[in-house]
Amino acid sequence: MKPMDEAVSTVKRQKRWGRVLLTSVVLGWFGVLVLLPVAGIFREVIRNGLRLFFSSLGTPAAVHAFLLTIWVTVGTVIVNTLFGVVLALVLVKHRFRSKLIFEGLVDLPFAVSPVVAGFMFIILFGPNGWIGTWFEAQGIKIIYAFPGMMLATLFVTLPFVVREVIPVLREVGLEQEEAALILGASRWQSFWKVTLPAIKWGLIYGVTLTIARSIGEFGAVLVVSGSIIRRTQTATLHIHQEFTDYHYAGAFSAAIVLAFTSLIILIVMQRVVRRKGVV
Amino acid sequence: MSWPGSRRRSLRLGISGGDLVLRSTSFLYIGLLIILPIVAIICEAFKGGLTDLWANVVSPHALFSLRLTFMTAVVMVLINVVTGTAMAWVLVRYEFPFKNVVNALIDLPFAIPTVVTGIMLVALYGPNSFLGGFLGRHGIQIIFEKPGIILALLYVSFPFGVRTIQPVLIEMDRDMEEAAKTLGAKPFTIFIRVVLPTLLPAILTGAALSFSRAMGEFGSIAIVAGNIPMRTQVASVYIYGELESYNPQGALGLSVVLLLCSFLILILLNRMQRWSRRHEADG
Repeated sequence: MKPMDEAVSTVKRQKRWGRVLLTSVVLGWFGVLVLLPVAGIFREVIRNGLRLFFSSLGTPAAVHAFLLTIWVTVGTVIVNTLFGVVLALVLVKHRFRSKLIFEGLVDLPFAVSPVVAGFMFIILFGPNGWIGTWFEAQGIKIIYAFPGMMLATLFVTLPFVVREVIPVLREVGLEQEEAALILGASRWQSFWKVTLPAIKWGLIYGVTLTIARSIGEFGAVLVVSGSIIRRTQTATLHIHQEFTDYHYAGAFSAAIVLAFTSLIILIVMQRVVRRKGVV
Repeated sequence: MSWPGSRRRSLRLGISGGDLVLRSTSFLYIGLLIILPIVAIICEAFKGGLTDLWANVVSPHALFSLRLTFMTAVVMVLINVVTGTAMAWVLVRYEFPFKNVVNALIDLPFAIPTVVTGIMLVALYGPNSFLGGFLGRHGIQIIFEKPGIILALLYVSFPFGVRTIQPVLIEMDRDMEEAAKTLGAKPFTIFIRVVLPTLLPAILTGAALSFSRAMGEFGSIAIVAGNIPMRTQVASVYIYGELESYNPQGALGLSVVLLLCSFLILILLNRMQRWSRRHEADG
């Protein structure tokens, strides 16, 4: 009996060591790949000193860039939340023939390179573009100005709200809303009182993703904005500018602010995921 | 996809005015924001004829950047498939301290702006940094070289591999594994012959998503790669360079190639989704 027991316990021990080994290799890889760079930038900022950190964030160019990021984000969230909910409602509740293509089109911004996205808007809305020529004649600038940056950000963030609201709407179903309608509620009332509370957490999650992407968008906005300092430069463009100008301290300081913002967004996302349950 | 009540409802009510407004608003928004820009770039690209466009794509600089993008994407996907599967496995099957924190941090690369990713990699591996200086003295240069590009791609697409495999692994029935074990199969054999076939659709989906991301990635690479033509210039950076030097004509070729690549991957993902659904139905 005894040797048998020993053999079993050796096998068990080997198995446990296998687990510990695999776990440490995987966590080690994750730590080096994803977490170490975060530590790296903190180290650089601390080494440069806090005074340099605050002074490089207080320059007019930096302040303007962060404010512009906030405006673009606010605008994008408002527009894409409204249209996102409408698109989700139409995609779930309506039946039409081109629906599959329509759904594919909604996903397209995820697959398109941001630089190509920006380029497309230049062709359309640039000073000599398809539509841009007309606006130029009216004295309205779209490309190399705020409206173009909004358009580019709207394009890259379009799928988030739609994709998060659709599964919730499917799960909730039509019955409650129909009941409200039969009981004499107007369509508007039934949307506010029945549909909206039901999709609330999915919607909030989608909005959070939209905020994160709007703050972080770089390629598309770089192409359409022309990155003019104190005019069309957002926070990410400011970081790029500082980096290409060899102002590493400025680039590191602004980058750490955005990294910290992402960390907060990530924590909010975790909270929301728990509230909305498994969808 | 099918909505049980909708047919009944539309039969009863017809299509109401409110519905019509909602539907036309959606078509208008998608039309303006997505369809029109794509039609515009395709028309612009084919305006000068196919030969011009082709010459554009196969010019030495463009072709090199395209090849570099493809090669770095393939290397990244190969690494990401292995590490993503292992990470998902460890997260689902094993217990370890701070597992919840690690699980939450997996999404960090999605939340961090790509430019910030590039800056962080420079701060860590750049020639003036502690680690980068050490590696540089041993003849390994990461920043402004190809390893930097692969590292940036690994960073930004890390969550794809884990997050596509994780849910399948959670749902997976362990009976088959138990059966194989009782029949005397070794753990490695069980993994290859029982677990892997079930995970395959998810692994391929993760690979396709990472590949798609890598073909279009710009922000992190623009910072990390140094963007030297014929050496570290990838396709998206090449396009940006042409636009910046007021030569949109030169940017059209690669833009169309990247766009075509996005279309193909979207169609592939759609097919794979249907395939994995059938897979589930069979199991």
